[in-house]
Parts: sequence; C-alpha cells; structure tokens
Amino acid sequence: MDVAIIGIGIHPFGRFDDVSGLDMGVAAARQAMVDAGLAWSDMQFAVGGSLGISMGAGEWPDSMVARLGLSGVPFVNVGNGCATAGTALATACASITAGLYDVGLVVGFDKHPRGAFAADPNLLGLGKWYGDTGMMLTTQFFAMKIQRYMHDFGISRETLAKVTAKAYRNAAKNPNAWRRKSWSEEEILASRMLNDPLTQYMFCSPSEGGAAVVVCRADLARQHTETPVFVRAVTMRTRMFGSFEVMSPWMPVDRAPGPTVQAAQACFEQAGIGPSDIDVIQVQDSEPGAEVMHLSECGFCADGEQEELVARGALEIDGPMPVNTDGGLIGNGEPIGASGLRQIHEICLQLRGQAGERQVRDPSVGFTQVYGAPGVSACAILSR
Amino acid sequence: MTSAAAVPIAPGLFTWPSDEPQLTGTRCVDCGLMVFPSVATCPRCAGNTGPAVFARRGTLWTFTTQEFIPKSPPYALVETEESFVPYAVGYVEFPGEGRIEGRIVGCAPADLRIGMEMEVVVVPFMVDEHGATVVTYAFQPIA
Repeated sequence: MDVAIIGIGIHPFGRFDDVSGLDMGVAAARQAMVDAGLAWSDMQFAVGGSLGISMGAGEWPDSMVARLGLSGVPFVNVGNGCATAGTALATACASITAGLYDVGLVVGFDKHPRGAFAADPNLLGLGKWYGDTGMMLTTQFFAMKIQRYMHDFGISRETLAKVTAKAYRNAAKNPNAWRRKSWSEEEILASRMLNDPLTQYMFCSPSEGGAAVVVCRADLARQHTETPVFVRAVTMRTRMFGSFEVMSPWMPVDRAPGPTVQAAQACFEQAGIGPSDIDVIQVQDSEPGAEVMHLSECGFCADGEQEELVARGALEIDGPMPVNTDGGLIGNGEPIGASGLRQIHEICLQLRGQAGERQVRDPSVGFTQVYGAPGVSACAILSR
Repeated sequence: MTSAAAVPIAPGLFTWPSDEPQLTGTRCVDCGLMVFPSVATCPRCAGNTGPAVFARRGTLWTFTTQEFIPKSPPYALVETEESFVPYAVGYVEFPGEGRIEGRIVGCAPADLRIGMEMEVVVVPFMVDEHGATVVTYAFQPIA
C-alpha cells in the first residue's frame, strides 16, 4: 500500500462537559494538519468517522466543514460499528491507492452518554424480547467469551487483573488518557463484580474524544515531514457463519474464528510480514479478556500462552511485545469513532520516537486492531 | 408450574403451554441447520426453513452474571438498587442442534460450572399493562 501518515492529532479522551464531539474532532483535525505543515485548503478529501448519529445522539462528521472552511471538499461520513475509525482509515487509504487524491484528512470523534452502551434490538434484527429480558448487553458477551476461554485454555483471574493493572500504569504515562490513576491487582479484583469474571475496574467505559491523521501518497511524504509513517496494510472484516459474536441469541455448535482472525491474517498477507515482525501492538481491550484473546486471534501467541506472557511481563512497555502502550481502551475509554484512530496515533508516536515516558525501545513496525458490535474487526500495520 | 393463562414474552420462542417446555425455531430444508428463534432463510446456505423443536436438555457452554441494572430500554423492568436482584445468563449447548442464550434460574451463580446439565423451564418474568403474568424461557440445572 502506497500511503503515508504525515500528520497526527488527538483531543484528550475522557469527559468534557462543555465540549461537543464535533469540537473534539475539529481540534484533532487542526492538530493533525499543523503537524503535517498543511492547511485545510490543502486537503483534497476527508473521511470522518462517528457512531453517535446512528446511536441516536451525535453530529455528522462533515458538519465540521463549517468550522474548517466550506471549501467544497469531498467529505465521506463513516459509521461502521466498532470498526468505524478503522473503516475511515481504510476508505482514505483506498482512495489514495486508487489514485483519486494525493493528500487528505481522516478524523474520528464521539461523545457517548455515561454507562454501558444501550442497544436497540430492532436495529440489529433481533426480537424485542431479547432486550426485554436483560440479555442485550455487550458486557455479558465479553464476560461469556472470556469465561469459556479461561475454561478451555487455563487463563486465570489474576492474569485478567494483571492486564488491567498494566493498562492503568501505561495510561498514567499518557497525558491524553482518561484513567490515569494506577490500581493494584488486588484493588481491581476486589472492585464490584459486574459480569463474572469481570469487575468494574476491568471494563473500559464509553467516553469522549477525537483523533485525526493526515494521509498522503507515500512517494510525496518526505516533502512534508522527516518522520513519515507508512501504512503497510489496512483491512476490515465482518463475522462469518459460526463465530461467537456480541448480541447473539443463538450460534451453531461448530464454531468459526471471529472476524479479528480474518482481518489480521489478511492484514499480514497484505503487508507481507508476520506477527513476529511487529515491535509494538495495539489491540481492542474493552476489558482484559479481550486483550488476552485478541492477541492469539491476531497471531501473536498460541491460545493459553498469554498466562505465561503476562506473568513474565512480556506485554509491558519494556517487554518483548508491548501491548496497549497508551493505556488502551481501559485507560482511555471508548469514543467509538475515535478509538481506532487513537491506536493509530499511538503507533505513529511510537514509530516517530515521540512517546515520551512510555516510549518503546526503537520500534520499526506497529499493529492495530479494533473489534466490536455487530461482529466487525479492522486491523492496520504501520512502519517507519 | 406457571399458570397456562400466562402470556409468553414473544410468540414462537417455546412450546406453551407445556409441562416440559422446549425451545422452538426453524430447520433448513436443504442443509438441516437448526436456528433459534425462527428465521425465514438459512444463515448458512440461504435455503428455505420449516418449523423445528430443540431438545429440552443440554449442557452449559458458558455463562456470566448480570450484577448491575441493565439500561431500560431495552430492559423491560425498571429497577432500583433496592429492587434489583442480580441474575445469571448463559449459553446451553443442545447436542448437534445449537447453542442458545438464556437466563439461568434455580442455581446460585457461584455454583454454575461449564458442562453442567441444564433443562429448559418457563418462568414468570413480569406483569404486563393488563395485569397478566408474562413468562419467558430460562435454563435450570438438572437436580
């Protein structure tokens, strides 16, 4: 893929009472363009991701043209479940690869209400009874998937607590993170049980934030920056028949791998490298079980190997396979439209050597993965 | 046993009235796949479907607890911290037929184990605006 990221921007993640989601998107976009040394008038196209609109409260990403300038720029709005930001990046990269444009903006934001995501069964083709009877909660799915995985592959509750503690420790080193207080494994395990085996401190929360990147033709990148980050691959997949997905009243007995497995395999094939070539990793950690399972689904370890990797600190910033160095979703919360671009932002910082206290030692290649409702995943591979 | 005058939460989910309720769905006329609840076309091969009844008994495949109050809507019950009673949900595997999600009753959550034998029961869930008892299906460990 012949696309480079030449500018990055982020609005801090968390809760900001007087700031709209759109405000955060605009702030991130402006920062990304300043970082690239370019102006809004230089953007030949834009792709904006936000899920608020489809969840009943939010703003259209393209309404930011009224703030940035009514330049007539082609602006595509993207809403694609939890893969919204990944899909926005994929759309922009495809547009450049197709030769349509040389340079453009990718931006994502969201501002979700407090508490677990509410869901409308009608929007997912499910009967009203499913929501009525208290089964339409994404958190139950996360808990049931890791419960089965712990049974099959010997992952312990202590490992879930260790992964969570790592997220808060890393977030404490990230000025843009939301949850910057460190918690001990004991405190995490002793916090209120929400969906067994997952406690309150283990869950990421819906939150607010914005993130943006300026993308351009790879062969033009060095005209704009001395530290381009190249997009080696970006892929997106939906669930196949038989995969165990969120909001499923039923599944067949013969289980198929989830969409993350397909998206990650295609991503590595597209980049022509393997998981062992990756120096810094960002995966969807809606809770620690998701991080544990996504590492194997992406090909970074065998099922069950996570127990030993976590115990010896392999996933820490100074370990051999650093994961979620900016605190991940647990430390940042999940504004869906921005979440995947936050991962990209962090990988770019790491590859540019600008990650400060949480800098991984000399990384060359990074990986990102998002997963979520209604059974979608997007992955990306970036290199210096 | 719940009164037969009770109203199912939705039509077509389970045999009712029945002393030994079973979940109901469809079977693909081409590939034989059973699905719950009923679907017009098979999600595996897009074939046509006809009615099917699942076995009454299966084994617990996975489970969790619900220990905070679900948002309403979609949850039909409006609860307070005082009124809310945590509950368990899980998937029961009906051998060769499929895994189906449901609430779990008749067992303390701490006693739930993957692989335990479960059967389908029908239990009162709420009272509707006409004062009728609304029932739904649930899974219960076999004593």
